[in-house]
Amino acid sequence: MQTPVTKPLLIAAVFVLLIALPMIAGATGNPALTSLATRALIYGIAAASLNLALGYGGMISFGHAAFFGLGGYVVGILYQHYTQDDLFLGLIPGTNQLLVTLPLTLIVCGAAAAAIGALSLRTGGVQFIMITLAFAQMLFFLFVSLKAYGGSDGLIIRRTNELFGLNMRDKQTYYYVCLAIAALFFFLLSRLVNSRFGNVLVGLRQNERRMAALGLPAYRYKLVAFVISGMGAGLAGCLMANFLRFTSPDMVHWTKSGELMIMVVLGGVGTLFGPLIGAAAYVVLEFILSSWTEYWQLGLGFILLFVVLYTNGGIEALIGRFAGKRA
Amino acid sequence: MALFLEQLLNGLQFGVMLFLLAAGLTLIFGIMGVINLAHGSIYMVGAYAGTWVAMATGSFLLGVLAALAAAALAGAAMEFLIVRRLYKRDPLDQVLATFALILIFNQLVTLLFGRQPLFASMPSLLGGSVQLLPGLVYPVYRLAIIVVGLLVALGLYLMINRTRIGMLVRAGSTNREMVRALGVDIRMLYTVVFGLGALLAGLAGVMAGPILAVQVGMGEQILITTFVVVVVGGVGSIRGAFFASLLLGVVDTLLRAYLPSMLHHIMAVSEADALGSGIASMGIYLLMAVVLLIRPKGLFVSNL
Repeated sequence: MQTPVTKPLLIAAVFVLLIALPMIAGATGNPALTSLATRALIYGIAAASLNLALGYGGMISFGHAAFFGLGGYVVGILYQHYTQDDLFLGLIPGTNQLLVTLPLTLIVCGAAAAAIGALSLRTGGVQFIMITLAFAQMLFFLFVSLKAYGGSDGLIIRRTNELFGLNMRDKQTYYYVCLAIAALFFFLLSRLVNSRFGNVLVGLRQNERRMAALGLPAYRYKLVAFVISGMGAGLAGCLMANFLRFTSPDMVHWTKSGELMIMVVLGGVGTLFGPLIGAAAYVVLEFILSSWTEYWQLGLGFILLFVVLYTNGGIEALIGRFAGKRA
Repeated sequence: MALFLEQLLNGLQFGVMLFLLAAGLTLIFGIMGVINLAHGSIYMVGAYAGTWVAMATGSFLLGVLAALAAAALAGAAMEFLIVRRLYKRDPLDQVLATFALILIFNQLVTLLFGRQPLFASMPSLLGGSVQLLPGLVYPVYRLAIIVVGLLVALGLYLMINRTRIGMLVRAGSTNREMVRALGVDIRMLYTVVFGLGALLAGLAGVMAGPILAVQVGMGEQILITTFVVVVVGGVGSIRGAFFASLLLGVVDTLLRAYLPSMLHHIMAVSEADALGSGIASMGIYLLMAVVLLIRPKGLFVSNL
C-alpha cells in the first residue's frame, strides 16, 4: 500500500500538473486539451459526488443525472429570465452572476435530493435503483415538456455567468475557475469521508443491521449523504451548463446517469480520487475513440465490460497495486 | 364511448407487449438475481431480425421464426459469455456490465442496418380492421397481439404451476440456495429461464415491428417501462408482472390519450399538448413511486 508520505506528494504533484496544464497545452499546440481537462474536472466532481452515495454509502443511485441536469437548468432558466428581464414564476428575478446561481443550485439540488432521497431510501436493493431512475425520468419528461424553457431542444445560455469581472469566455480562465472549485470540493470531500460521518457511512454499507444495533440512525445518515451527493452533482451541472453555454434534457437523460456510474467504476468505487481519474479516463477515451470512428461507443462498451468483469476496483486499484509492488 | 374502448384496447395491447418483456425480466431477476438491462437489446435484435427477414422474403411467418431464432441465439450467447459471470456479483456490476452490452448491441445493429429506422409491413392476413361493437372498429393486427399475449400468459401460467420445470422455477425464485442444495442442476435451470425470457422478448420485438418504427434505441425505451412493471408487480412474480403490465399499459395509454385535451381547458393548446404529454410520460413513474412507498417490495411479492 502507499505510505502516508507518498500519497500527499502524489496529490500535490498532480495538482501542480493541473495548474500547469493550460501552459502545456499552449506550448505543445493542443489548445483542445484545456477544454478536455475542464470537462474531466466537472465530470470528476459529479462522479465523486455519486461515489459518496454509491461507493461509500452503498446506495446505488441510477438517477444522479437528475441533480446534474437540475443544476444546469438553474443556470439556464435564471439566465433566460435575466435576458428577458422578467420574473421566474412571477417571483424570482433572473441573474447571470455565478455567485448567485451556484449557491442557488446547491439549495435547489439539496432540496430535490432530500425529497427524492427521503422517499427512495424507504426501499432498498433493486427497488432503490429503479425508484431513483424513476425520479430522474420524471424530471427528464418534465423538462422535455416545458416549452417555455426550450422543451426537448434545451436552452442556450448566450454568455457564461459572470464572476468577479473575470473574462469567463476565455477557456483558460474558466478552466482555472473549475480547478479552484474542484480543489475546494475535493478538500471538503476528503474531510467528510475521513470524518466520523464518513466512517459511519462505510459501516452502514458493510453492515446496516450492526450499525443500527450500535444505536446509529441509519436512515438519517444515508439521507444526509444522499443530499450532499445530490448537491455535488448539481454543482457539476451548474459548471457544465456554464462551460457548454447550453443546457438540455440530455443532461437528465438516464444514459447520463449511466455515464456517471461508468466513471465511478472505471476509476474505482469507494475511493476519494478514483472517480476523478475515471472521469478523466472517460473523457479522454471518448475523445480518442470518437476521433477514430463514429461507432466509438462500441469500443467503450467492450472496455467497460472488461473493467467490470476483470479488474477488481478500477484504475485506482490498478495504480495502487502497481505502487504497492514498487514500495 | 367507442373512442374510450378503443383506447382501452390500445392500452391492453401495450400492456401485453410489456408483459412479454416483463415476464422474462422478472424471472431472470427472481431466479438468477441478475439485473439485465440488456433485455431490451434482445427485443431490438428480435425486431430487426424479424423485420429484415420479413422484408426480404415477404413472409411474416418466416420473420417471426427468424426473430425467435435470433433472439434465442443472442440470449444464449449473452448468458454464456457475460451474464454467467455476474450471478455472484453485486447489483452495481450487473447494471454496468449489462449497460455495456446495450452500448455494444446498439452499435453493432447500427453498423449492420444503419441509422435509418426499418418499417415492417403488416402481414396481409392480419391487415384489415374488424367491427367489434357498433361504432368500434379495431385493427385485426392489434387484436392479434392481444390474443397472442394472453395465450403466452396462459401458457406461462400452466407451465409454472403444472410442470416440473415450473416447479423448479417457483422454487428457485423463492430460495435459490435451497434448490441448489437439493441437487437440482441450477445451471440448466438458469439457461432455460434465460432462453425463455429471450424468446419472449424476441416475440415482442417482432410483433412490435409493424406498429412501431424498428430503430436503434427502441429497446431502452421499452426496457425502462418494463422495469417499472417488474418493480411495481414485485420482483420475481409472474403474476405481478402480468397485472402490473396491464395496469401500466392502460394507465399510460389513457393518460397520453386524454391528458392533453383535458389541459386544453386551462391553457393554450400548444403548451397543453407539450405539458400534457410530458406529464403523461411521468405518470407510470409516479405510479411506481406511490406503489413502492406503500409496498416497498411491489404489489405481488412472492411469499418470502
